Amino acid sequence: MTTATKDQIEERMTEALESFGADRDDISRDAKWESIDVDSLDLVELAQIVEEEYGVRMKEEDMKQMPTVGSAIDFVVERTDK
Amino acid sequence: MNGKDRGCALVTGASRGIGAATARALAADSWPVGVNYRSDREGADRVVGEIEAAGGRAFAVCADVADRSAADELFTALEEHFGPVLVLVNNAGVRADGLSPQLDDDAWDRVIETNLSAAFRTTRRALRTMMRERFGRVVNIASIVGQRANPGQANYAASKAGLVAFTATVAAEVARRSVTVNAVAPGLVDTELTEGIGDELLRAIPARRAGTPEEVAACVRFLVSDDASYVNGTTLTVDGGLTA
Repeated sequence: MTTATKDQIEERMTEALESFGADRDDISRDAKWESIDVDSLDLVELAQIVEEEYGVRMKEEDMKQMPTVGSAIDFVVERTDK
Repeated sequence: MNGKDRGCALVTGASRGIGAATARALAADSWPVGVNYRSDREGADRVVGEIEAAGGRAFAVCADVADRSAADELFTALEEHFGPVLVLVNNAGVRADGLSPQLDDDAWDRVIETNLSAAFRTTRRALRTMMRERFGRVVNIASIVGQRANPGQANYAASKAGLVAFTATVAAEVARRSVTVNAVAPGLVDTELTEGIGDELLRAIPARRAGTPEEVAACVRFLVSDDASYVNGTTLTVDGGLTA
């Protein structure tokens, strides 16, 4: 569960965002959630995917500190490294 | 659209009454059904036997939904047996009647916990899978007592009115994942739960009779069906015209 590389995590999270309806071309590390039309329900599902696949729990208060795609990826990568 | 081939239905409190009729109705629509019961093993086994005799698939699963850890255990057991729960019918309910000035905390808590909080916990658990599957049906069994005064049932009424509000809110939250959340509000239905409260009410019912569990189950069956894919967040009243 904790052996995924940073690239794999980034790819998986990008794939998840795409499945929520975000355009792949618009997804970048600096992209804010609103700019790629990712809403709170999508973030709940993203947190669920991350917890199930990487064992990393993203609580609501954590998510408030993640305004961009990159900040969410970093949050997960940092915790899978431990 | 539906997920009968990749998942199952769970009916809580399905060993008798409306729950049993609902389990049979969903099985008749080809859903594998988890027949949840708390203590009536015999009743649950009977329902499973009836479903299997009719060519359906069912599995009795014991859990007291009022127990906070029950939802997870219930879902895990059913997932191992039939796969993901894509239809959830929150039917388990209890009564502990008394006029408000004398209603004690235990009677209040017990009814709210089983009828409302347990439905929240099972729904929360079910939505995790339904959202990912992009399909789900939640049907909460409310009551017209949530809309219309019935002295002696303040706790029951509050739990059922809460269930209706819960239904609408959750429906709005998850609708875009093709998950529907609706409620059915039965009036007087011939079950053990309504024993002893019928006489006065019966005279007020335009249909002049109590409903049957099967008549309520038919509405649940509709809300679960593909035909109801655009019905979301509503409460379908089934009361012989009592609240009309």
